[in-house]
Amino acid sequence: MASYKENRTARIRLVSSHNEVYEPCDDSFALVDALLADRTNLLEHCPTMCMEIGCGSGYVITSLALILGRERGGVNYIATDINPNAVKVTRETLDAHGVDAELILTDIASGLENRLAGLVDVMVVNPPYVPTPEDEVGAEGIISSWAGGENGRRVIDRILPVADHLLSEKGWLYMVTLTANNPSEICLQMRKKGYASKIIIQRSTEEESLHIIKFWRDFDTTVDEVTDQSLIGFLGSLLAQIPLFSLWRGSNSNDNC
Amino acid sequence: MRLLTHNMLSSNIKGVEKGFPLRIEAEKVVEKPVEMNADFLRKMFEKVEWKAFLEASRSMGYAQLPEEVDSGMLESDEFLSRFHHALLELHLEEGALVCPETGRRFPVNKGIPNMLLHEDEV
Repeated sequence: MASYKENRTARIRLVSSHNEVYEPCDDSFALVDALLADRTNLLEHCPTMCMEIGCGSGYVITSLALILGRERGGVNYIATDINPNAVKVTRETLDAHGVDAELILTDIASGLENRLAGLVDVMVVNPPYVPTPEDEVGAEGIISSWAGGENGRRVIDRILPVADHLLSEKGWLYMVTLTANNPSEICLQMRKKGYASKIIIQRSTEEESLHIIKFWRDFDTTVDEVTDQSLIGFLGSLLAQIPLFSLWRGSNSNDNC
Repeated sequence: MRLLTHNMLSSNIKGVEKGFPLRIEAEKVVEKPVEMNADFLRKMFEKVEWKAFLEASRSMGYAQLPEEVDSGMLESDEFLSRFHHALLELHLEEGALVCPETGRRFPVNKGIPNMLLHEDEV
């Protein structure tokens, strides 16, 4: 497993760093592990346009490019961050692994909403999800990488409609959430926009309980069909998934840490 | 920054109607060869706004693209290789993107466009 993983994800010693940029940590590893776990599906998905919102150190977008395969041309990667140091560090991390992505210094996807709408086949997001005082949200530097305001939802709730807007018809979104963010409520909110969801990884660390959720458009569901009854059934099925994936818990012996 | 990315970017300043295409001020253009993928080019051909792309390629010093295009041209290897070169291999390394409506300059440094807005622009 270790060598398999090493060949297909960014190597920690090659990930660049800066004191104002969030370093890969449990949440980043969980997101990349979710992508690895879903690798067969990702390869079959044949994405053309992949995007990361909030690329930080570049660990995740680099890993996504490696998972999809350096040898496979025909995939364009875009990564954004609001922190000028983060996009610089991401460039170094990509270069160190011999992969490439287009980097844009911007707030979420500002400037891309019009022309990139409906084009993104795979989106990955490790948002600032930590519950913090409101005034820390969007502060300069490294704080912007974690400060999520009330329930850690301030930035997540801005990202979700943007993701919905940018994703293609076959688009997938992988997002990190914390129990405090109320992931079931996030899934319900996306359900109303027509998305199905699945927890790919649920992992408890000393400090937090992380869920990596995958969203995809479910054309069998229209807004009208989302009744209270179906929501209850949906919640039940969501909760039922958790034990299935609890095998991942504790198996997080990260060689990288 | 590739011209593909340029074709996906608009001015995001409050009050701007279309904000597209951003005018390119090129100070430094670099070429980074990548392998050509015809399927990718065919998909992107549908999405690219040609006039903006043509103008952008000229401002980057590349004048080998036709004025008018149709999907039949995708059968031509010569066209594909020019399209590929302009779309993916030419990079704006240093310069600026200029909002067509306000003239606001978005700097591009080390190939990364800075689309961050000032408080009074949001």
